[in-house]
Amino acid sequence: MLRRLFPHPYLTLTLIVLWFLLVNQIKVGSLVMAVFLGTILPHLTSAWWPDRPIIRRPLGLLAYTALVMWDVIVANFQVARIVLFMPKAKIRSAWVTIPLDLRSPEAISLLAGTITMTPGTVSSDMSACGKALLVHSLHAPDPDEVRDTIKARYEARLKRIFE
Amino acid sequence: MTQTFELAVELFLAAILVGGGIFALVGSYGLLRLPEPMQRLHAPTKATTIGVGAALLVSALDMLPQGGGISWQELLITIFLLLTAPITALFLAKTLLLRHEDPATLPETGTGHPWATLGEERPDP
Repeated sequence: MLRRLFPHPYLTLTLIVLWFLLVNQIKVGSLVMAVFLGTILPHLTSAWWPDRPIIRRPLGLLAYTALVMWDVIVANFQVARIVLFMPKAKIRSAWVTIPLDLRSPEAISLLAGTITMTPGTVSSDMSACGKALLVHSLHAPDPDEVRDTIKARYEARLKRIFE
Repeated sequence: MTQTFELAVELFLAAILVGGGIFALVGSYGLLRLPEPMQRLHAPTKATTIGVGAALLVSALDMLPQGGGISWQELLITIFLLLTAPITALFLAKTLLLRHEDPATLPETGTGHPWATLGEERPDP
């Protein structure tokens, strides 16, 4: 019964929180509207959500967010230095193939998003079978190092959170 | 709250705002300076993360020195930016792969299948 009413509990919860952020105040009326939207929208969009995402460690996701935010700040300084001071001829841009151990689609999209939001790397494509990511790196004298960093720093953590 | 503390917080917020602005400027400058299309793609992702992030952070905390609360709507903007920016970048990258990039310069997938954008066209389901 509960499962049929809320086929995607995470989505319902997210929608309720998003609605409160949108109205920017805590009122009973907002809660009614939030629960209404949180119930209706998952049903209307369930065609695009065939499976429920499984999050084994929700707290790990918070720690992961903090780690990524820190990395974004550090990487911004590195890329700013490259953009401002490095002679054009010395910038060694490279394509990097990241073989994926992750299988959950949610985890892979999160990894691809992380790679893009961290300055210096942009995830550009995926292999047709979904088992490798194509990443462009702005300055990578050693492409293997970029691959190893992404796998150890981000993919390993996502694997613990999702799988 | 004392006057000095209020001033200190405002100065701190102003510093974050200016810092974020500098990073956004560097991102735009990179768009002009970098020679290859794929390199230029790196500039906009930078501007959204630190430049816009700093502006939103300051906007959320703006009323704090005057005794107001934190505005949480900025968090919403941040979430949606973080969700949409990588998708824009991915589509730009895919366009560049199709239009400008020589497939021979790309590395192997290592899985026996081609890169999805360059693979055989499949009919729409």
